Amino acid sequence: MVRYLGGKLINIVFSLLILATATFFLMKAVPGDPFTQEKAIPPEIKANIMAHYGLDKPIGEQYLIYMKKLVQFDLGLSMKSQDRTVTSIISQSFGTSAKIGAFAIVISVIIGVYLGMMAALRHRKLVDNTAMFLAVIGISVPNFVIGSMIQYFLSVKLQIFHVAGLESPIDYVLPTIALSTLPIAFIARLTRSTMLEVLTSDYIRTAKAKGLTPRAILWQHGLRNGILPVVTYLGPMTANIITGSVVVEQIFGLPGLGAYFVDSVMNRDYTLIMGITIFYAVILMAARFITDVLYIFVDPRIKLSGGVVKS
Amino acid sequence: MSQTAPSPFEKLEHKHQEAEVIATESRSTWQITWARLRSNRWAMTSLYILIAITLLSIFCPIFSPYTSYTNNLDNTFASPSAKHWFGTDNLGRDLFTRTWLGVRISLIVGVAAALFDLIIGIIYGGIMGYAGSRVGGAMNKIAEMLYAIPHLLVVILLSVVMGSSLTTIIIALSITGWITMSWIVRGQILQLKNQEYVLAAQSMGASSARILFKHLIPNTLGPIIVTVTLSVPSAIFAEAFLSFLGLGVQSPASSLGTLIGEALSSWTIYPWMMFIPASLLSITMLAFNIFGDGLQDAFDPKMKK
Repeated sequence: MVRYLGGKLINIVFSLLILATATFFLMKAVPGDPFTQEKAIPPEIKANIMAHYGLDKPIGEQYLIYMKKLVQFDLGLSMKSQDRTVTSIISQSFGTSAKIGAFAIVISVIIGVYLGMMAALRHRKLVDNTAMFLAVIGISVPNFVIGSMIQYFLSVKLQIFHVAGLESPIDYVLPTIALSTLPIAFIARLTRSTMLEVLTSDYIRTAKAKGLTPRAILWQHGLRNGILPVVTYLGPMTANIITGSVVVEQIFGLPGLGAYFVDSVMNRDYTLIMGITIFYAVILMAARFITDVLYIFVDPRIKLSGGVVKS
Repeated sequence: MSQTAPSPFEKLEHKHQEAEVIATESRSTWQITWARLRSNRWAMTSLYILIAITLLSIFCPIFSPYTSYTNNLDNTFASPSAKHWFGTDNLGRDLFTRTWLGVRISLIVGVAAALFDLIIGIIYGGIMGYAGSRVGGAMNKIAEMLYAIPHLLVVILLSVVMGSSLTTIIIALSITGWITMSWIVRGQILQLKNQEYVLAAQSMGASSARILFKHLIPNTLGPIIVTVTLSVPSAIFAEAFLSFLGLGVQSPASSLGTLIGEALSSWTIYPWMMFIPASLLSITMLAFNIFGDGLQDAFDPKMKK
């Protein structure tokens, strides 16, 4: 088990190295620099600015300096917001994104698993068909469309919620809905197809024959196996929610990390773009790692096979 | 080997050829699949909708009296009317023309990205599956590492680096999108490569490339077609997402994402500007998803979700 998780960790470190390197050189390949303005700056001043940010050194040296700082969790200075470090921008804005993201994950898992289970229990009945039709819609309608629509109908027309901003707890509702529709739909489909398989398996028949109540069969034997793919989906779900938060924060005007990311891309704020990209990647890898660890606890078969698991 | 042992088998004459006569018309896998697909009402409806949307996106802009950039500043934010079926935007451009051009761009991006995924995925995945465990394993490791890098972030980064254009988006989507396809192909090849017909081809001296592309790949077409169909809507989504953020297709060209993004600032007053492109985008993606699901069922009824 230690070897298995250790291998995963080494993979993560390599992926991050590749990503950091690729991002660094991509950023350097972008034409123009963050200090290009409508009014030309005198060359001496520009040289000074470039020197301040270390942009005058040869590219190989810049890379080494960046990587060295990166290892010490120093992401450098933002090039557009003066005197702010990338780390401080991230730590200030991530809280908002994290809260909405966490709500979305919890709600997606609860509603998704519930819908999927209900659909599997009433296979090919009205509940099943309705739930699966809703799921296809949830997968097909882009989150920014859902976000804009609920904003229009619930805030502008019915005035139940504030249109934008994040002042009271109720303002979290709409962004959370917009973020969680896709994961809910996905989880519902996953849970349904696994549960259909699980419910027809031999051990469920044994459990029935033992005389267990349907409730116990469903929750103890059915769900524990049916939820495995949902655990695997945790990684991709985090990715979905991260990218989703970029547009959702834009729509609802939230001061989150996603909004900063779009701004930094628009402004060509190299250090901020790199910093946020790497930060997102770290979160994502962490989610994948947690998935691997969770899997060991949820799936008893992994322990039996002596830790050599091929995922 | 110095000497060949006498064959334990004796050659027989074919005598009972009548027994081999097939009573009913034989149907190929493709015919069976097609029959199954045709009996799926939802999938067929989606197919017709997709065909209709494609035709409309080709012909509407051609026959429209406006172009995507003819503006009329005296007639901005017009409501839908006989003259402008979908109304006009903030510069008085005809939204009917722009919307259908947008659908066209979305479809082009979706299909092109899916095709690139297909080509790269088949080649990489095929080699990954057919090569020995060392080469294949190393290739798989590389794919895993690339896959771990968040998809849309790469696309965003690339569109920053290469400037926003249609080509950029297609390239960016293909760079990240082929990995899933290559895994599907790999899984299929791993299952098939120990089959007898592969051994037969090997013993006849066929090259690895020939076995891979003549014998193995054609047998994996079913799952590949399903994956391609289902990767079209995700490419369409990614393009719309980028354009919505202003990182994709740039004005005066329009994509559905651009139109939705442009409408966002004024749509509380002019809601149709948002509703029309948003519903077309959703319907297109919905149709692709339902059709893809139908294809999956048709190719593999056991895998019925």
